[in-house]
Amino acid sequence: MADKHEDHQHAQTHNHQHDTSPQAIRAEALEALLIEKGLLKASEVDDVIVQYEERVGPMNGARVVARAWKDPAFRERLLADGTAAIEEFSFEGGQTEKLVVVANGPNIHHVVVCTLCSCYPWAVLGLPPKWYKDPAYRSRIVREPRKLLGEMGLELPAETNINVWDSSAEVRYMVLPERPEGTEALSEEELALIVTRDAMIGVAHLQHKAMEKR
Amino acid sequence: MSIDHELLGGGAPPLVNGELLFDEPWQSRVFGIARLLSEQGLYDWDDFRDSLIKRIQAWENANPGAGYHYYPLFLDALTDTLESRGILGSEELLATQLAFANRPAGHDH
Repeated sequence: MADKHEDHQHAQTHNHQHDTSPQAIRAEALEALLIEKGLLKASEVDDVIVQYEERVGPMNGARVVARAWKDPAFRERLLADGTAAIEEFSFEGGQTEKLVVVANGPNIHHVVVCTLCSCYPWAVLGLPPKWYKDPAYRSRIVREPRKLLGEMGLELPAETNINVWDSSAEVRYMVLPERPEGTEALSEEELALIVTRDAMIGVAHLQHKAMEKR
Repeated sequence: MSIDHELLGGGAPPLVNGELLFDEPWQSRVFGIARLLSEQGLYDWDDFRDSLIKRIQAWENANPGAGYHYYPLFLDALTDTLESRGILGSEELLATQLAFANRPAGHDH
């Protein structure tokens, strides 16, 4: 799925003190002009990047999932109205889109895509992974979800139904994964640490390694 | 895109699951600029999204079945959005871009 030019571009970046690709220079020119026009400051751009890269990561979603596993009443509220339920966490990162949370079960598996571009539940999952924006993922997960999920390392039994949710400007989806076995003794905070971004997109199952070794 | 459960077991929060979100620094700059200007009310994020969809669809129509780099299209969509609102003209941007491209090596920012 990865683009074949990726490695070449990495090499370019590492060999030069400054990134000299045409796009990098175009981006630099864009930022310089916007600063000149007084529309932004470089430090403000830095802040936004840090906000999305670090403060609004999938950890928010992981906390939501962990609470839903621990608290059946919260789980019910979350599945009934995801947007209202996550307000209980007061996450930063201003997402106004409706959030719909769909729960995996013994015979049902959900997976999320945006077939048009890259709509993604930022408030709970941060920035989308690179493959989420890839044309191959966007088309194949709709056409042949079982096969693609298998290639991504998630083999689903033939009897499991797969639901593919197409995100839009108005509605964003997040998957509530099944709670792994052997996690009964864990606290909400400990549970949040075993929840992965990929499981909340629906392309991976969760395991609890420490418990498996026992 | 596989998940390293050993890492997670060590208590690392699932921030990016071991995967870089941006290939190059300019991509994160462009993303940050697009979000910031939208948050400041220069345009609705949905309008930017529409520009992005148009750019992606045009690229896919011109190159059926081929992969693409996402952030160059994202950058194009941002300049489309800024130009359509009279915030930044494409000629002005191109002139600055050319001036930057012709800087001597080892220039200081």
